[in-house]
Amino acid sequence: MTLKLTSDRAGIAWLGLLALSLVAFPWYKGAPIWQGPAASALSEGMSGHGWLWPLIAIVVALGAATFTRKWQQSNIALWLTLGAMFLYLWQGFAVGLRGPSQAWVGGVFEAAADGQTGLGWGGFLAGAALVGLLSDLIASRGFCRGERFASFCITAIVAALTAFVFFPILKLGLAAFVDTDGNLALGTFWARITAPDLWGLNCLVGGGRCGVVINTVILGVLSATLATLLGLALALLVNRTDFRMKRALRAISILPIITPPFVVGVAIILLFGRTGLVTSGVADLLDVRPGRWVYGLPGILIAQVLAFAPVTFLVLLSTLEAINPTLEEAARTLGAKSMKTFRSVTWPLLRPGLAAAFLLAFIESLADFGNPIVLGGGYEVLSIKIFFAVVGARYDLGNAATLAMILLALTLIAFWLQMRWMGNKSYVTVTGKSDAGLASPLPGVLKIGVFAVVLPWVIFTLAVYIIIVTGGFVTDVGRWDLTPTFQHIVTAFRFEFEDGLQLYGSAWDSMMTTLWVAALAAPLTTLIGILTAWLVARQDFAGRRAFEFGTMLSFAIPGTVVGVSYVAAFNVPPVDITGTAAILIICFVFRNMPVGMRAGLAALAQIDRSMEEASQTMGAGGLTTLRRVVLPLIKPAVFTALVYSFVTAMTAVSAVIFLVSARHNMATAYIMGRVEAGEYALAIAYSAVLMIVMIVCVVVIQGIVGTRKLGRRKELQGKGQVPEPAE
Amino acid sequence: MAETAIEFVDVVKRYGDATAVDRINFSIGKGELVTFLGPSGCGKTTSLRLIAGLELPSEGQVKIAGRDVSRDPASERNVGMVFQSYALFPHMSVLDNVSYGPTIRGVSKADARDQARAILDQVGLGGLEARLPSELSGGQQQRVAVARAIVQQPDVLLFDEPLSNVDAKLRRKVRAEIRDLQQRFGLTAVYVTHDQEEALAVSDRIVVMKMGQIAQIGTPSELYEQPSSAFVADFIGDANLIEGRVAAGTFSAAHLSLPVDAADGAHTATIRPERITLAAGGAAIISSASYLGSRMEYVVQDEDLEFLVSRPISEPRLAAGDAVDLQIDPADLILVQ
Ligand SMILES: Nc1ncnc2c1ncn2[C@@H]1O[C@H](COP(=O)(O)OP(=O)(O)OP(=O)(O)O)[C@@H](O)[C@H]1O
Ligand SMILES: [Mg+2]
Repeated sequence: MTLKLTSDRAGIAWLGLLALSLVAFPWYKGAPIWQGPAASALSEGMSGHGWLWPLIAIVVALGAATFTRKWQQSNIALWLTLGAMFLYLWQGFAVGLRGPSQAWVGGVFEAAADGQTGLGWGGFLAGAALVGLLSDLIASRGFCRGERFASFCITAIVAALTAFVFFPILKLGLAAFVDTDGNLALGTFWARITAPDLWGLNCLVGGGRCGVVINTVILGVLSATLATLLGLALALLVNRTDFRMKRALRAISILPIITPPFVVGVAIILLFGRTGLVTSGVADLLDVRPGRWVYGLPGILIAQVLAFAPVTFLVLLSTLEAINPTLEEAARTLGAKSMKTFRSVTWPLLRPGLAAAFLLAFIESLADFGNPIVLGGGYEVLSIKIFFAVVGARYDLGNAATLAMILLALTLIAFWLQMRWMGNKSYVTVTGKSDAGLASPLPGVLKIGVFAVVLPWVIFTLAVYIIIVTGGFVTDVGRWDLTPTFQHIVTAFRFEFEDGLQLYGSAWDSMMTTLWVAALAAPLTTLIGILTAWLVARQDFAGRRAFEFGTMLSFAIPGTVVGVSYVAAFNVPPVDITGTAAILIICFVFRNMPVGMRAGLAALAQIDRSMEEASQTMGAGGLTTLRRVVLPLIKPAVFTALVYSFVTAMTAVSAVIFLVSARHNMATAYIMGRVEAGEYALAIAYSAVLMIVMIVCVVVIQGIVGTRKLGRRKELQGKGQVPEPAE
Repeated sequence: MAETAIEFVDVVKRYGDATAVDRINFSIGKGELVTFLGPSGCGKTTSLRLIAGLELPSEGQVKIAGRDVSRDPASERNVGMVFQSYALFPHMSVLDNVSYGPTIRGVSKADARDQARAILDQVGLGGLEARLPSELSGGQQQRVAVARAIVQQPDVLLFDEPLSNVDAKLRRKVRAEIRDLQQRFGLTAVYVTHDQEEALAVSDRIVVMKMGQIAQIGTPSELYEQPSSAFVADFIGDANLIEGRVAAGTFSAAHLSLPVDAADGAHTATIRPERITLAAGGAAIISSASYLGSRMEYVVQDEDLEFLVSRPISEPRLAAGDAVDLQIDPADLILVQ
């Protein structure tokens, strides 16, 4: 056998890694890595963990198979590898933390009664090596036109998505059918899913409260409707009037993304709460008792509309921009009045955009956790109820799982509708501007309406952000005590230099963890997101559509559901990582990676793939091509992905709240604690610091990524005749 | 023929249900320039990409320099390719574009740049090394693409319609340059085009393709003078296709009757328009006469057959309505399937 071809070496290398992972690294978690062979699968197998033997044996058989000619293309190697994968999974699931998961396993292996812990370095490496080996074998059968790198990426991403998106959801789904003792209980499931506190309609008919599902849907519909209307008003203002502050509006629309959760809710409480500025002002003026009206549906609605309007605005703006003005002109030359034109031409064309915006806001409202928990009062929604089912005093995973499945079902229905309406278009990239004709100005009545909606929004946003900016630096903004002070910042971030830097502030721990986690998660997220985009855009492989759909699906799952699903899946072997920083990072990576993918897809669509093919014919493998040709050309997308994943990792709350631990607390969880304790000023001060840190980091990222340089005529098609795109 | 550079053995390429390349066999000798010619969608690009490794065959074998590379990805074959869009890297200077390949294959940066400079001089681009591709004219970009493809001394050089982005006037010049470079470096080259004139001008041999299959392989003159099928005759140059009958060694159609060497029965014969001479006074009538500058073109009606006839301008001119006699040298009549 010759080792001349790189293809041969790749397979051998994976197999070598597999063998090493079995003999040279600790198989289980907990054992330090330097214990190496003594804690390896081989030694564990010899000291009673007999369920590891089948895996070891099949790997030995694989080793023998490499001595046959063209072993990579042989069926034997493929079947052995698939068998090894099966046995790898089997050894992980056959024995749980406290004993065998099936009776016969306990019968065959005595030591199974003692249980096993989660996989460690060895286990992890073995999984990676198996994935690599499989990718190599299918590549040598022509998968991905024989490109090993692409084949590896696809196999690895599919494996990772399975492990960290679909497996947890599956596990959660199963948990819904199990009672507190872990036995299958359809009756319990039925009781849970038909519980009156889920579906009650009392708030609509007669008095009283509605069930939590009904509450959630009512909130979603109202919030999406209002957010869509506000977004429409903003979009009309920018696109159809001579209002010239587009840039400012776009800037404002980014604010909610970098605003830490809770803080808008806190600002609303400070304005409208019982002792709030506005409330007491109005109460004095009208001489009525200040009320608690803001807690519950009204408060959540205000906060959500504020948060989702930017998204609906962007969707509707791109829809408006895409409407060909000549259509409206035609209507007007036919004699239609401007109101009639708007009603008969513009409005119907807007409708798909409105539907898309509505559904998007609806999905966000379903997933929202931060606002309901701060402003909810007695108004329960699914995300909150799930949280308290797991974190509260009555830990009931089965119930949480049932609720999560309902939430997931609602989301997926909305998601499916949205996909049908928008197709695969990403709303941010649709800027199909037509160059002929001018958009017809808004009819007078509508114009007044638009300003009537937008003006209060501007004032309100300003008020909220003034509170956020100043609240942390005055004694007590809630009681209108505006004496400037650094007291809150000091509480949170005190440090001194005595024998080096000493951090005393109560917020330092969470701040450091957050920065670390975000700094690790962002590049990983970007890497996987962009890689996935590249695979979807550039590789023809069986199952490509399913692959793309799967990644998008992972985006649709609400954070709360992801959170509980991780709790359900990852605090038992084979993957026992709750309480680590790794689970936080993994969670961020797989939640945010679809955004990087979308950005990457949009960028890649502009780049002629023949450039990559040219690179390949010059001897560059997939990795080199990606690094030297593709990445420099899609820098803007890389930047978007990095910034988005970094910022989201710093501000996300819904999934994270389930996964933080005393050792690895995150900023948002800390802020939530302060809000619950009523320490609003501290929460606001911390949020303000977070926002500043984020802005600094974005600038740093910009510096690292840099801009691409394409010469005088910007062109991406590999030939010179492409005109510069119209601004 | 000299050493074999490329060989296709029963190569099939399917996309789902569609068969783009349908069991083709051929071999290309070292130093040859072979053209794939055929109508749109006949599988030319696919065949070229199969050589490059940008597609892998569904069945059959592709061999380069005697080695079976059917399962090797593009990066593990030694081919150079000039793309229709040139596919220059817009973010790299001309020099970086050309030295990209050598650095990938492990040549040190300085050596790679020296190699690149040498090739750029050869293709007449010395002095433009520092420019970005967007700062070059279309013709210059094309030469950078060629330089980039040949700098690594590939086993095969592939061109996919390299002239389709060059304006009509430049085309003749550039195609001569390509031919010149190919011969100077002794490269084996495969060239895809759907322009038969281009194919005749540059090729050592031409592979005429039709619906994923090979219609005929031959030198330009073989294809022109002895087309094996009506399709080839019609695709390469102009041809009159005549349906007629052979009886006792005589081919007859309309007023023609010419001795041939074929079995009795229905046959199709072809004859090139410039091989027919016209004599005044006969049974056929000129239905149209066109002045084309260098020659006259007549359409002649003979009973139910229509003939295209091309005559040098120096001959006496005839006009529409004139009665003529069609005169054909039996040696010029070719029977096809
Ligand atoms: N990726 C693909 N998927 C499906 N069908 C394809 C693909 N690539 C090519 N085909 C089909 O294969 C056939 C041959 O295509 P090919 O590109 O080789 O044609 P061509 O001879 O180069 O034509 P042209 O002169 O128009 O470039 C066509 O019918 C085409 O539609
Ligand atoms: Mg083609």
